[in-house]
Amino acid sequence: MKKLLSLLLSVAIIAGCSSNVKLNDVPVEDRSGANPNTAAAASSVSSLDARGIGSLNGIKPGPAGVANVVYFDYDSYTVKPEFQAVLEAHARFIKADGTRRANIEGHTDERGGSEYNIALGQKRAEAVRRALNALGVADGQMEAVSYGKEKPSMTGNDEAAFSKNRRSEITYR
Amino acid sequence: MLTKRFSLQLLGAISLSLMAHVSHAQFRVEVSGVGLTQVPIAIAPLRGEEGVPQKISAIVQADLERSGQFKVLPTGKVMDETERPDVGDLRQKGADGVLTGSISRLSDGKYDVRIRLWDVVRNQDLGAMSYLVVAADLRLASHQISDLVYLKLTGDKGVFSTRIAYVTKSSTGRYNLWVADADGENAQSALASPEPIISPSWAPNATQLAYVSFESRKPVVYVHDVASGKRRLLANFKGSNSAPSWSPDGRTVAVTLSRDGGSQLFLLDAQGGEPKRLTQSVAIDTETVFSPDGTAIYFVSDRGGSPQIYRMPAMGGPANRVTYTGNYNISPALSPDGRWMAYISRSGNAYKLHVMDIASGNTSAITDTTADERPSFAPNSRLIVFATRQEGREALMTTTLDGRIKARLAGQGGDIREPNWGPFSKAQP
Repeated sequence: MKKLLSLLLSVAIIAGCSSNVKLNDVPVEDRSGANPNTAAAASSVSSLDARGIGSLNGIKPGPAGVANVVYFDYDSYTVKPEFQAVLEAHARFIKADGTRRANIEGHTDERGGSEYNIALGQKRAEAVRRALNALGVADGQMEAVSYGKEKPSMTGNDEAAFSKNRRSEITYR
Repeated sequence: MLTKRFSLQLLGAISLSLMAHVSHAQFRVEVSGVGLTQVPIAIAPLRGEEGVPQKISAIVQADLERSGQFKVLPTGKVMDETERPDVGDLRQKGADGVLTGSISRLSDGKYDVRIRLWDVVRNQDLGAMSYLVVAADLRLASHQISDLVYLKLTGDKGVFSTRIAYVTKSSTGRYNLWVADADGENAQSALASPEPIISPSWAPNATQLAYVSFESRKPVVYVHDVASGKRRLLANFKGSNSAPSWSPDGRTVAVTLSRDGGSQLFLLDAQGGEPKRLTQSVAIDTETVFSPDGTAIYFVSDRGGSPQIYRMPAMGGPANRVTYTGNYNISPALSPDGRWMAYISRSGNAYKLHVMDIASGNTSAITDTTADERPSFAPNSRLIVFATRQEGREALMTTTLDGRIKARLAGQGGDIREPNWGPFSKAQP
């Protein structure tokens, strides 16, 4: 598993490095009705606003060619060394632009109660946040949140599925 | 200007107005045993019942059976509220009581529903009621009749006119927060969202629901006025905001926040504002419930190394552990009469509903299922609703506290979970 992951990572990084395309700014839209982070303003398309306004579905691209998922072992809330390179790439990306906001989402596998799993997922999100912090990323540029067991990336009632759901994902707003 | 596509997305994402009625199947009674003491009652079809859009005697029968405390017998014939029942015949059939009545449609389209309840043993009239309702309120009238029968024959308030909230997830990944009658009928959607909704929690005033929504891609707590569909953000602090629960006086909402790191307990004024931190542990503290008298808070903490249920003073103070069996005990719910705690306990791979007698600490597992979640007491403390899985599908179940009588509500294609039983409406007599 570890070997496969390293292989995938190296493929991804190589693919990223070979691209010379500059990422365009994606168009932004006001989500004032739906997004509690914005004021209840009216309707205009606004320019980039650091307060939570993003693209049509709120997601901006992260560092090119870099995985954005960190997986965890069962009952574990520490980041494994094999993800160090991924975190370093994200840390560089965030530090390169002071307006970037990283959203770190922690997840659990589907066993157990919803609310307790929100708390466990939060531990996984904060583990990644602390790791990024240790790499020099400012607290103000990150938010650690949890989805608990509500958004599995893979359905299934076996360890293969469970292992893919114990994760933290890094997205950008 | 909002693009059309985006407007549609917005409308799709958040539907705050009450949508059209969508009927779900009723809770179907699956008697897994016989209740210890069941009142045998005969229910007559109401005179004039055929052709009425709702069959009142059938709704009352289903209500009483679901409570687990009645055994319903047929009378064999229509009896209206003006007739004196043949008690000898009914005694022979084994009935202790009989419900009779009639229903007629008036010229303005309303229905005149009349019932009378007889004590067959003492050959006494226990009382009559009449209801003047539009067709849309026939089910409500039926539930009020059930409440009357229940009160007269058990001495306790019935919960047949109360409501439950729950969440469904469709096969296309769409979430809905529903408010339905206690029998699962008349479900109305309070919120439709492409992102998860969890932990609906009724306010003591029976008109508001707090819940956690992920529509902004992080968990935040809303308070929703069920009648108007208007809602406001209660907790949207940095990090995760979840597990809302109301104090019995409705003035305070306890929440779990990660704004200071980790998951800790905070108290918020129900109108919002700055939260007051309640716990100071480096562990997980979550899933609060207030005791019925408002003086204590029960919660889940893994400060001892594994998730267990603790109790602390509502204003803050040292916590005492409540659960000692097993290494995973979560999701406490407290009966309004102060006597029982329901919770989920894991044993091996099985997550099972347990009930604890608070005074003695004795506990029992009361289900055959192994994926139980989120128990919630009926406001008369006689039933528990919970989520579970049966034959691979999510379902809601109600159970008597001894586990003997269970009823099941399956989702209509799609998963159903996160139930919460609403309180008695203040408007109820």
